[in-house]
Amino acid sequence: MAEIMYWEAIQRAHDEEMARDPLVICMGEDIGVAGGTYKATKGLYEKYGEKRVMDTPISEGGFTGLGIGASFLGIRPIIEIMSVNFAWLAMDQMFNTAAKVRYMSGGQLTAPCVFRSAGGAAHQLGAQHSARMEKVFMGIAGLRVVTPSNPKQAYGLLKSAIRSDDPVFINEHELMYNMKGEVPDEEYLHPLEGSEVARAGTDVTLFGYNISVHWCLKAADILQQQHGISAEVVDLYALSPLDRDGIRKSVSKTHRAVIAEEDEAPVGVGSEVIAIINEECFFELDAAPVRVHSALVPQPYNHTLEKAAIPDHNDVVKAVLKLFGRA
Amino acid sequence: MTPDDKKRVLKEMVMHRRFEERCYQAYMERKIGGFLHLYPGQEACCNGVMEAARPGHDYVITGYRDHVHAIKCGTDPKVVMAELYGKETGCSKGRGGSMHIFDTSHHFMGGYALVGGPFPLAAGMAKAIQMKGGDEIAICFLGDAANNQGVFHETLNMAKLWNLPVLFVCENNLYGIGTALDRSTAVLDQYKRVCAYNIEAAQCDGQDIDVVYQHAKVAVDHVRSGKGPYFLELMTYRYRGHSMSDSRGYRSREEEELWKQRDPINILRDRLISAGQLTEDEFRAIEKATDDYIENEVIAFAESSPEPAVADLEKYVLA
Repeated sequence: MAEIMYWEAIQRAHDEEMARDPLVICMGEDIGVAGGTYKATKGLYEKYGEKRVMDTPISEGGFTGLGIGASFLGIRPIIEIMSVNFAWLAMDQMFNTAAKVRYMSGGQLTAPCVFRSAGGAAHQLGAQHSARMEKVFMGIAGLRVVTPSNPKQAYGLLKSAIRSDDPVFINEHELMYNMKGEVPDEEYLHPLEGSEVARAGTDVTLFGYNISVHWCLKAADILQQQHGISAEVVDLYALSPLDRDGIRKSVSKTHRAVIAEEDEAPVGVGSEVIAIINEECFFELDAAPVRVHSALVPQPYNHTLEKAAIPDHNDVVKAVLKLFGRA
Repeated sequence: MTPDDKKRVLKEMVMHRRFEERCYQAYMERKIGGFLHLYPGQEACCNGVMEAARPGHDYVITGYRDHVHAIKCGTDPKVVMAELYGKETGCSKGRGGSMHIFDTSHHFMGGYALVGGPFPLAAGMAKAIQMKGGDEIAICFLGDAANNQGVFHETLNMAKLWNLPVLFVCENNLYGIGTALDRSTAVLDQYKRVCAYNIEAAQCDGQDIDVVYQHAKVAVDHVRSGKGPYFLELMTYRYRGHSMSDSRGYRSREEEELWKQRDPINILRDRLISAGQLTEDEFRAIEKATDDYIENEVIAFAESSPEPAVADLEKYVLA
């Protein structure tokens, strides 16, 4: 078990799958000769050539549609959209074609594409380069959405997504590419559905995904050490479909829930998880669930304002203390 | 095309016309729901191009005016009509409807309802063909109005950049929904817009199938021989409105009558009759046999087919 970086895990998944299957290709802006903005495709151009590692023009709608069309005939494209903010330009093809074609063709045609994109606030990137958009993707029938919180997931989810016959959107995070973590030396396929208990606990469940898993883990340490509260952390690596069983099981154990997300609150993961708690295990609750989320503002450029807009582990701790009437 | 080919194509065009007119009737009877976009007036476009190509072998994709393109690729008219009726026996299992006819077994890769959406999909299929080394080509049939979408330009750029085997057929029927071409588009000759991408392009009459065929032959040969993309603009006219909800208030009846004097079926019929290869009686017999076939087999099949089961509502969402 080697410790590698998140970007290296993604690169390894690309490399292994491209070596295994000559129909796997990758495409996107600056992914080839330049090696990828986040190095996720480093070295692949030299190894597999320009027909399979395609530097595209800056035409998100066009090249996403082109990848989807290729997938109709059995190609397995991994389509990198440099920043999730640019995915708006490709959503017509992702949603109207890739997600719907299987249904509207009565099961004849399927679009086995992988869409990878980096979202999230990084360092003062401003309103048009900081969006979190998982809320948009997870509401689309026919599209799977996963979001890795560590290198092992980044590696295993991408490999499974490439082999899936469904279109899969992988939500990555600009701040996480250099995060280190253990990845199995042998091949590993991560399930595209479900959730993981990242830390077991008994008093409250902290639901997170992608970067907010790390806020939850840090908050759980603080809660244990400073407040004697045992928090369970559930990693919702699959956002569509959400793991109803996993959510119910944990809440039925701890009877309290906090959902932490970097996205703005309206119409988000938090509201969806709370709806599932209501539907699955409302009478298990000892307190109303709480969500921790961004302010509803376009991301400000100013450093102080940016920090104020985005939650962190301290906000998770505060939410838990409030839940226990200790705030 | 030999005289026999032309006679066969005439029969097909009559079938395409009568099929669409029968759809109109079924729509008025509320047997067909949703939006319905009919093809009469444009038959020489699809038929002329596909006669020059290889139906069922080449991959065809188009917009929402898609019934005839599927049938020309080899799809059984019965399953197209059943689809319009929303039946389980429809080519898309009743889940698609008029705008989403699919038949992958005949390489008809679908009708799509977002104007311009199929452009990059066609280029993508061409990319797949190029990678796999097959001798198929991708053919994308769309209307003139689709060329005002951004993906038109994005796709042309990539198709030329990567030398993809894709033929873009622009059926220029002069209207985008209810807005005339000259009120929506700065450059009226669509083939000229393509020159910016250094793509071979031509424009011709879309009402005379012999003219369409000759131009399409050049286009198909160009693409199949590996010379890259080609854009063929066919000047045509749709007799009916954009869809069934369209009363055609944006154009004159005189203009419509002018175009009907250049009806693609009449042009071919008259040419065959004057060449002594067809008689008036034979043609009437073709019409009669077509109507009988549509009523007794196509409509009967759609009418008698079962509805999809409600229990199967979520089937086909995910693999």
